[in-house]
Amino acid sequence: MDIKVNVREAPGDCYVVDLSGEIDVYTSPKVKDAIGELIDRGVYFLVINLEKVRYIDSTGLGVLIGGLKRVREHGGSVNLVCTNPQIKKIFDITGLVKIFGIFESEDAAMKALV
Amino acid sequence: MNPVVEHSHKELVELRVPSRPEWVALARLAAATVANRLRFSIEEIEDVKLAVAEACTAVIQHEAHGEFIDVTCEALADLLRIRVRDSGRQGVARAQAPNMNFDEARIAGLGVFLIRTLMDEVSYDVSPQGTDLLMVKRLTAATDH
Repeated sequence: MDIKVNVREAPGDCYVVDLSGEIDVYTSPKVKDAIGELIDRGVYFLVINLEKVRYIDSTGLGVLIGGLKRVREHGGSVNLVCTNPQIKKIFDITGLVKIFGIFESEDAAMKALV
Repeated sequence: MNPVVEHSHKELVELRVPSRPEWVALARLAAATVANRLRFSIEEIEDVKLAVAEACTAVIQHEAHGEFIDVTCEALADLLRIRVRDSGRQGVARAQAPNMNFDEARIAGLGVFLIRTLMDEVSYDVSPQGTDLLMVKRLTAATDH
């Protein structure tokens, strides 16, 4: 079990963080570091692509919330790409759908970001 | 079929894992395997996986946890009963302890909230011997084959 993190630059001042695998108490520090490094570099507009994430728990949600909180301090935003019904369910029942922009495609997430 | 008789036929799976993050995946997969034996739906199996992971995480993320986490899964005729125990002093109950900072408490609270939402019954007992969390997931009519 692992998480793969890929960071790539997108048009504008945006970056996309592709996550693949499972985000839990063991793997979430890796995600936190990747997002934290981007924010430390002054990147405040992020799309986090969860399409290939098979599992997320509260520690993973915590990392995403923490990232969103940090970018908002700088007027930034985080949008998520999520198509997995089980992952979406977690965002639904925790009420995080009201906090994050959650989109079916990366294009839609990017367009809504800028 | 007499449900009382059915309850006497159970499969018991006991797992002891070190109280460390890298072992939570094994605990949740073990619980999911037992849930699968009971023919829960895929969505319900995912609920069980997440609830067990949150319970283990709650134990690990707090200071005074013990060396191991014991996960016991009892597959009965119409329900899955899961017990998560640590050998420290508190686990889930400490998730809302006042000495946590606000963000930590919110995330820990999220884990407890998820457990309570995803499982049908949740109770825990905190004693000097450790925290004993009991969760029950019932087979619904739609998934009971």
